[in-house]
Amino acid sequence: MRRILPRILLGTICVLIALWLVAPTLVVVPMSFAEQKSLVFPPSGFSLQWYENFFTNKQWYGSLIVSLKVALIVALLATVLGTLAAIGIERAKGRSAGILRAILITPIIIPGVVMAIGIYAVYLDTRLVGTLTGYVLAHTMLALPFVVIAVGASLSVFDARLETAAASLGASRLSAFFTVTLPLILPGILSGMLFAFVTSFDEVIVSLFITSPQATTLPVRIFASITRDSDPTVAAVGSLTFLATTIIIGAGLLVGTRRGRSK
Amino acid sequence: MKDFATKAKGAAIDIKGVSKHYGRFKALDDVDLQIQPGEFMSFLGPSGSGKTTTLNLIAGFTDLTRGEIRLDERSIGNTPAHKRNIGVVFQHYALFPHMTVAKNVAYPLQQRRVPKPAREAAVRETLAKVQLQDFAHRYPSELSGGQQQRVALARAMVFDPSVLLMDEPLGALDKKLREFLQLEIKRIHRELGSTFVYVTHDQEEALVLSDRIAVFNKGKIEQVGTGMELYTKPRTLFVGQFIGESSVLRGAHVEDGGAAVFTINGTPVRAARPAAGEGAHVILLRPETVSVHGAASDAPEGANRLTGTVTEALYLGSGVKYEVTIPGGTVISARMANAERLLTIGEEATVAWQPQDSILLADDGSAAQM
Repeated sequence: MRRILPRILLGTICVLIALWLVAPTLVVVPMSFAEQKSLVFPPSGFSLQWYENFFTNKQWYGSLIVSLKVALIVALLATVLGTLAAIGIERAKGRSAGILRAILITPIIIPGVVMAIGIYAVYLDTRLVGTLTGYVLAHTMLALPFVVIAVGASLSVFDARLETAAASLGASRLSAFFTVTLPLILPGILSGMLFAFVTSFDEVIVSLFITSPQATTLPVRIFASITRDSDPTVAAVGSLTFLATTIIIGAGLLVGTRRGRSK
Repeated sequence: MKDFATKAKGAAIDIKGVSKHYGRFKALDDVDLQIQPGEFMSFLGPSGSGKTTTLNLIAGFTDLTRGEIRLDERSIGNTPAHKRNIGVVFQHYALFPHMTVAKNVAYPLQQRRVPKPAREAAVRETLAKVQLQDFAHRYPSELSGGQQQRVALARAMVFDPSVLLMDEPLGALDKKLREFLQLEIKRIHRELGSTFVYVTHDQEEALVLSDRIAVFNKGKIEQVGTGMELYTKPRTLFVGQFIGESSVLRGAHVEDGGAAVFTINGTPVRAARPAAGEGAHVILLRPETVSVHGAASDAPEGANRLTGTVTEALYLGSGVKYEVTIPGGTVISARMANAERLLTIGEEATVAWQPQDSILLADDGSAAQM
């Protein structure tokens, strides 16, 4: 009997913490189906008008396209650069590797606002404000550390002697990389790519500084919308984003466990 | 395209004045060695003696500091590892974990752009040679250590390299499996006709497998020869002690009648020839040349004799093994055919051997290796 009480307590605390973690999402989803024209909780009625508005309103829809475009290019660019950097760091070893890694990871440590001001100042001179190139360059910088860390973790458990074996079997360095190294560090590269995509897709601080009416990313549009009027479309956007990320990460986990089992 | 059905003949390897330095450390110091086509050559020595370094230089995994390595008269110093066409088997197997056994073995053929039908036939044939034809679709992690090493062997020989290098390939396996695979490797060597270079620190393994053995010590080759030459005519004390069992007698010596005579515990002990060169010498004894007797009068005529105490007496069925400790603490081991009576530990005994069985060597200060 004495053991049951702590168990109930522990369970309750866990449920409360779990609720606390998902609460913001749980608030957003019902609001997206609301009938009234302002963002209130709890919502009343049921309608899909905000979803309809999102996909028909050129501004909302256009922002989604901009965000997707930027995030995709950033994911590719950051993954290629970050993977190359991680390989370089792994090969360098020793002290220079430590310094290189520290430099590449600084974008995570420096406060976003500080970065934003710096980027904005440079972009004004170079006319990159509000351009696709501008977003891509800034977001790639922010996403790079995640790729370097994820791929670096994969490389640290990769047995480099396999490359030597490949060489003895007739594989050039390049061929050995593509047939042996790459497949074995692919999980790290893919998770780095996912991180890079998400980093760019929901980046708001730097984007707020370098935004323009011609090219506005989705997070900036949401921020602007909620400060100007409380358009419930933001709830629909939030719910959609939530759904999309859940599917992507869920699929990633599923593929990951399958791979793990086949080995 | 190369015809994979015909057997490649082994290549000659010529190592000339090769050195490999890591900063101040001389991993390999001015080494010369000729390996004959199709020969089974073992590199034997303690760890850090330079044997693996030499193997890595032949494979092209490291650059040499000085000297030249020729493969069939062709200098390969500037040829990158992947163009040397040399098979390598590693102690840690180095199988690709993301490929099946068949894909692992097909890998070198794929790199050489061998068309699919020929590739598949060669993989099948090679897997049959190592008796793993039923495991083609397994992953390396699903195989035992011995099976993994056989896959590694198949992968290293599927492209018919003229030279096959093996770096302690059986080092991670248990004794029984090791002995079984030694015979497999010997059989494969006979079938392939390639030149095999085999690195090991296990002298028994080297004796079982090799045509010739190169004994490495401190970055140099001490002696090259057949197992029998190294055992019966070691040129250095290090070689004598590294190969086989031995006892070492140290003492002052003089030349008398064209032969070295040592004085041990006040008793003269003869060799059959004079000591070569100046400096301290030792007598090295092989256990089967030494006999142990309860009574000094039983010792054979003309033999060297020393008295001591029996400290070990083992009955082996086929014979007996003794250890006799003489005053001063030196232990002499002996292996004899069955005696009429087994001496007991603590008993006084006489050890005897013929002067021609005294192996006379310069004292290089090397301690016994066990």
